[in-house]
Amino acid sequence: MLIKRSDAEAVRGGLAASFAALSSGALDRRAFLRRSGVAAGGLAALGTLSAGTVKKAEAGPMQPGVRVELRKNMCTHCSVGCTVLAEVQNGVWVGQEPAWESPINRGTHCAKGAAVRELVHGDRRLKYPMKLEGGQWKRISWAQAIDEIGDKMLRIRNESGPDAAFFLGSAKFSNEGAYLFRKLAAFWGTNNVDHQARICHSTTVAGVANTWGYGAQTNSYNDIRNSKTIVIMGGNPAEAHPVSLQHVLQGKEKNRANLIVIDPRFTRTAAHATEYVRLRPGTDIPLLWGILWHIFENGWEDKEFIRQRVYGMEEVRKEVAKWSPEEVERVTGVPGAQLRRVAEKFAKEKPATLIWCMGMTQHTVGTANVRAACALLLATGNVGGAGNGANIFRGHCNVQGASDFGLDTASLPAYYGLDEGAWRHWCRVWEVDYEWMRGRFGPPGADDATRKRMMELPGITTTRYIDATLLEPVKDGTRQLAEGQPNYRAMLVFGHGGNTVVRMPEAAAALEKLDLLVVADPHPTTFAVLHNRKDNTYLLPICTQFECSGSRTASNRSVQWGEQIVEPIFESKTDYEVIYRLAEKLGFANEMFKNITVRNKVPEPESVLREINRGAWATGYTGISPERLKAHMKYQRYFDLVTLRAGADAPAEVRGDYYGLPWPCWGTPEIRHPGTHILYNTHLHVKDGGGTFRARFGVERNGVSLLAEGSYSKGSEIQDGYPEFTMAVLKRLGWDKDLTAEERAVIERIGGNNVDRVSWATDLSGGIVRVALEHGCSPFGNAKARALAWNLPDPIPVHREPIYSPRPDLVAKYPTRDNFMAHRVINYGRTVQQLAVDRNIARDFPIVLTTGRLVEYEGGGEETRSNKWLAELQQDMFVEINPQDAAERGIRDGQWVLVWGPEMPKGKVCRMKALVTERVGKGVAFMPFHFAGWFMSEDQRRKYPAGTDPIVLGESANTVTTYGFDPVTSMQETKCTLCQIRAA
Amino acid sequence: MARMKFLCDADRCIECNACVTACKNEHEVPWGINRRRVVTINDGKPGERSISMACMHCTDAPCAAVCPVDCFYTTADGVVLHSKDLCIGCGYCFYACPFGAPQYPRLGNFGSRGKMDKCTYCAGGPEADNTPAEYAKYGSNRLAEGKLPACAEMCSTKALLAGDGDIIAQIYAERVSTRGYGSGAWGWRTAYKDMVSG
Repeated sequence: MLIKRSDAEAVRGGLAASFAALSSGALDRRAFLRRSGVAAGGLAALGTLSAGTVKKAEAGPMQPGVRVELRKNMCTHCSVGCTVLAEVQNGVWVGQEPAWESPINRGTHCAKGAAVRELVHGDRRLKYPMKLEGGQWKRISWAQAIDEIGDKMLRIRNESGPDAAFFLGSAKFSNEGAYLFRKLAAFWGTNNVDHQARICHSTTVAGVANTWGYGAQTNSYNDIRNSKTIVIMGGNPAEAHPVSLQHVLQGKEKNRANLIVIDPRFTRTAAHATEYVRLRPGTDIPLLWGILWHIFENGWEDKEFIRQRVYGMEEVRKEVAKWSPEEVERVTGVPGAQLRRVAEKFAKEKPATLIWCMGMTQHTVGTANVRAACALLLATGNVGGAGNGANIFRGHCNVQGASDFGLDTASLPAYYGLDEGAWRHWCRVWEVDYEWMRGRFGPPGADDATRKRMMELPGITTTRYIDATLLEPVKDGTRQLAEGQPNYRAMLVFGHGGNTVVRMPEAAAALEKLDLLVVADPHPTTFAVLHNRKDNTYLLPICTQFECSGSRTASNRSVQWGEQIVEPIFESKTDYEVIYRLAEKLGFANEMFKNITVRNKVPEPESVLREINRGAWATGYTGISPERLKAHMKYQRYFDLVTLRAGADAPAEVRGDYYGLPWPCWGTPEIRHPGTHILYNTHLHVKDGGGTFRARFGVERNGVSLLAEGSYSKGSEIQDGYPEFTMAVLKRLGWDKDLTAEERAVIERIGGNNVDRVSWATDLSGGIVRVALEHGCSPFGNAKARALAWNLPDPIPVHREPIYSPRPDLVAKYPTRDNFMAHRVINYGRTVQQLAVDRNIARDFPIVLTTGRLVEYEGGGEETRSNKWLAELQQDMFVEINPQDAAERGIRDGQWVLVWGPEMPKGKVCRMKALVTERVGKGVAFMPFHFAGWFMSEDQRRKYPAGTDPIVLGESANTVTTYGFDPVTSMQETKCTLCQIRAA
Repeated sequence: MARMKFLCDADRCIECNACVTACKNEHEVPWGINRRRVVTINDGKPGERSISMACMHCTDAPCAAVCPVDCFYTTADGVVLHSKDLCIGCGYCFYACPFGAPQYPRLGNFGSRGKMDKCTYCAGGPEADNTPAEYAKYGSNRLAEGKLPACAEMCSTKALLAGDGDIIAQIYAERVSTRGYGSGAWGWRTAYKDMVSG
């Protein structure tokens, strides 16, 4: 079989043999093995292009005697942030060298990183703007594309208001691109702006931010080298973040650490574990409570840590008491004795870290899962120190940065939220009038109150665009869309795959109903082919991050500056330029780019970052200037592998800094805060990257203090808990006299007649932050972490069965939440769950379906499946099925099978290969989610514009996946649904 | 003189295939030819281990012993190379090789084999170092530039080691003693009549 998942020899022929016949022509373009001596000019194969289209000749071997320039950028795949060192000759990227100096990857890569050069050779890239005309793709100019798109958007805006458009951004943007895209949506007048974090770690961000302050990985990949116990739950970093395993495995070896993997699937990561725990998909909370049960039962919790730094642990204890080993085994399938072993190691062999990925987050209980994980860390005192913490491995290369800059339906950049204070803050930074901004929102002719309401109402998430397009706003007296929210009519998709959201058969219908669909991406993506649209569909070629410069934030909050390696190829343009041109056409470029340098319609990323520096106080992005970031890239070699800190031998520009200035990097760049390697670390002075839990939720609740008790960061002048710093707090402490006259003037200007309310986060002078640091205090206060988060739907996480549960007998005891409206769209989860029970879906669909990553591909996979070096390694979509399930169905390894789910149209099936393996347990099947281009057995290759079809196509896992959304973030359920499989 | 060898630490290898694509990238190896690949045993079961495999550049290379046109030669660094000008694509070396290293492009419609291709240890071929002619037939020559093979240099977990045999054996032995386990330097007995004790 062609699935490279067995120990058999790789098969040649098959797809390789037919490869030459595919639409882009033979890619064997140098053919050096057959015709020795001649390096054939392979791009001639793209004969349909006019000469002017192809900007560069071929990527060839290094030319002897031609000067080689080395340029540094970062891999654009996962969030580890591996430095890519490019060799460039005459403007052509001719080779990749190991980037030894990076403390993150130390020269290494995974399959994707070692193959990124191919991304900008781009035989299958989208080469020029195109549109659908009567169902045919037609080449158009950039000017025509922007003109037509802008006219159509403005017409929709006039008719239905700005909320009829959806701005879907990308974790592939640079920070500057993400920020500009959020700004574009704001200036257009909508909060319907989102990106991949929604379907990746939105529940993590919500869960951990509601626990201790910030929605981010607390430590770093490198810091795992300090751990004595490493638990990886719902994650497979060996495939999803391979370079992180360098740190995990070396740490494991050096410390002889425990490596415990908890997953329904025996992953490639589990193969290196000291203990593997197999649980039923969707039972993470019972499992975590099952671990805590043993900890509380045996008194292994860290009592002093809980007393000083945790609020509400008693409530957790009450819930945990319900989860005896017997009940845990009944629900999760994991024996009590095994969990006792895990519990004892996690509590006693410290420091212990908990690592999680999408196995934890992509559930209808995603936020609650994350909160339960936090409770385990807090109960054992495993937060805020070297070697412990919540090491959340994020997905895309800049998903952290794109989240930080507010590509989010519920927040402006830097998590300020959407309330009036947040809007006023950013309007001050942008130097636009708040009232003007408010006037951009709301339906045509709305009054100010309605505009303000829409401006502050969280928008519709990417998981719900289907319903936002298809559902009637009001049906049978039930509101299905929030008041004031029209159906979607236009969708602008930047850097995002069309196969990333569940329920693809319905997605196809929604896409067909839209009046305008714009896809701006290096590749056409599944959005170009999934539907049968005939007109009003545009493809804009965007270059990769290797063809532009800008900063990106790795999972550990380190920010790295990428240099442009080559000029944008073909007619592609940068995100920056396209956003500028759209803003110009839509009529607000002057306001939006008021303080940003723009040359030839291309905004300068350094200038964008400086504007971010001026406004993003709440996340401490203020000290991260372009100059400092460039110095870090230049002097990478001076940063320590484990502490990430530059030592005394480093040049003055970076001495004492943590690599990439992991945020929060407090204050202005001039005060030279080193960044924060480990969040909430009281063992260090705040000026050395120390900190406390954030006081985000007030100072007391029901008479109980929410502030820390007797715990404070090193050198703090307040040796107890304290609230976040405002002008009022400074005055009470008598520290306001430390403000300079200039700082005070800015604060007074912002505060107007209520100066006391100006806080560390809204003070544009940075004075309050500076004074707090001078006194050794965290600007955001010193509070307890919340084991009890009263503002969330389940303040203490409780188990809830998946919407499509394989155990209908448990649904009555552990039902999902009642239907409710969230993110402007109704969630019918409870109705669907009950229907599934009533109709006995679990009998007709007896196999639990879960999804995940392959090392060779990433995300929707369009980019990586177009990369010949990667595509060759994974040529077929497949489903992993247990040998027992396979035997019952007469399925042999490698044969074609048909898979279908409970929500697919009757009679429709997906066709893929079977991989019969014990990797999955009986009753569980696994699918990788990177494939697309086959849709319910139909090969859609012909629907791609000529020459842009990815090399490998296959059925999308999300054609089979089903309804189900988290109540807090509208995260979708992709890890636990039901399906049926039979031999083809 | 150094004796160049490969050593794959199966307890570190995670089958990420960086070695495979690094090789493709470095030499622009065409579709269907795999100078290096990763093999996994006990796939999906406890005891699963992966090993990155390519030409091991054997001592007394068996490929050279069976080659009817004597196209193989061993460099002073112990790297086994061959001449594509001499190779007739007979395929004997494929049968002789204990590691399945030799690869043959398919020529024409009748499945006839082209000239053999394999891992060069990033050391090119008989042509002058780092010339277009050498690149066209064998790919780049990193060794001549003082660099080690791209696959090992880019290995995500530093499982695949390349370099002087004594040094990489020592690195591996130190690892084994630090962590307390090791499944041995896979393939060394076959390739180098040698073992690394941990």
